Amino acid sequence: MSKLFLARNPRVAARALDGEMMIMSARDSTLFTLNKTATILWQSADGATPLDEIVQSRICAEFEVEASEALHDAEKLARELANHEILFVSEQPIPQSAPSAGSSR
Amino acid sequence: MPDIAIEVEPLSLVIEIGDMPVRVNTTDPQFVALLQHRYSGFISHSKLPEMEFDIDLATPRPANPNVPVKVTQRLGSWTLLRGDFRAEWNPASRRGTIVQTANPYSIDAVLRIVHSLVLARQGGFLLHSASAIRNGKAFLFAGVSGAGKTTISRLAPPDATLLTDEISYVRKTKDGYIAFGTPFTGELAKLGENVSAPVATLYLLAKGPENRIDTITPSEATRCLLANVLFFAEDEQLVQSIFDSAFEFVNRVPVRRLTFVPDAGVWELIG
Repeated sequence: MSKLFLARNPRVAARALDGEMMIMSARDSTLFTLNKTATILWQSADGATPLDEIVQSRICAEFEVEASEALHDAEKLARELANHEILFVSEQPIPQSAPSAGSSR
Repeated sequence: MPDIAIEVEPLSLVIEIGDMPVRVNTTDPQFVALLQHRYSGFISHSKLPEMEFDIDLATPRPANPNVPVKVTQRLGSWTLLRGDFRAEWNPASRRGTIVQTANPYSIDAVLRIVHSLVLARQGGFLLHSASAIRNGKAFLFAGVSGAGKTTISRLAPPDATLLTDEISYVRKTKDGYIAFGTPFTGELAKLGENVSAPVATLYLLAKGPENRIDTITPSEATRCLLANVLFFAEDEQLVQSIFDSAFEFVNRVPVRRLTFVPDAGVWELIG
C-alpha cells in the first residue's frame, strides 16, 4: 500500500478554540468545525509525515483503536477534507509553500 | 443653428448608514424620489461622501434577483453581480457604477454588499440579527429566519429604540463595538432608527417554553456568530479578516443564548 502525505491548504482561515479546530474556506466562506480526529490530521499535516505514521503516533496513541482500521478511517477522512479543499493529499511529500501539481484536492 | 443637445441635470442624494455617507447620482427624478422615501431617516446632507455611485437605470428586462450574488475583486476593483444588477466599485477612487432598473431592491443589495466589504477591512460586519438600544446600550438578537428576530423586535418596550429587525450594522472602535441603525428591514418592514450605541451583548435567539439566558462556550458563540455574518466576497484576505473579527468580537463582547416565549416579559431580562 502506498504512503499518503497530507498538507494544510494555506488559503483557508483556521483557528483552534476550546480544543475545536474551526476552518473557513476562502473560496466560499463555508465554515467547518473539525472533530478530534480531523483536528489531529490537520495539526499533523506537515506535507512530510506519512499518514500511517500520523495514525500510529497520534491517533492510535490517543484512541484505543486497531492500527489498520484507524488508517482506513483516517484516509477516508483525509480525502473528505481534501474534497472540501481544507487539506491536500498526495502520494508524494508535499512542499509546504506550494502544493505539488500532482496532489489531489 | 440653435443647439439642440439637451444636457440632463444629474440628480443626487447621500445615503448615510453606519456613519458612512454614500452619494448616488441618477438622472431620473422619480428614482430620486423613490430613494428618498426608501431611505427616509438615512438621507444625509454630507458634502464629503466616502464613496459615490452613478446609477444607470437600464431598460426593464427579465431579471432574476434570486440568482446568487457574485462579488469578486480584480486589480483593486470590485464587481458585484446579481440577476437584477451589475455594479463596479473602485475603493481607491471611491467611485462606482450601478446598472439596474428603477427599483429599490437592487441598490439596497449593492449598499449592503459595499458596506460589508468596507466593514470587513475595519474589523466590523453586518449581522443577520435584530438590534435595539436600551438604557444607552445596544443589544443584538441573532438567528436564522424563524428564530424570532421579528418577534423580539415587535415585543420591544417603548423605552427601547429599534435599530433593525433584520440586519445589524456593527463597527469596531478602539473601545469596543458600536451598533448602528439600518434601513434594512425584515418582516416588520419598519426602518430602524438612525442612531447608535455601544454593543453590550449578542443574544443568540431560540424559542422555548420559558424566558431564560444561558451562557455558551466561546466556540459555539464564534460558530453561531460566523453563521450569521453577512459576507458575499470571494476574497481570501477578507475571509481571513471576517474570521479573525468573529473571534475578537466573542473575546470582547458577551454572547448568550436567549430562549424566549413570545411575550413581552422577555425584555425584563434585557438591558
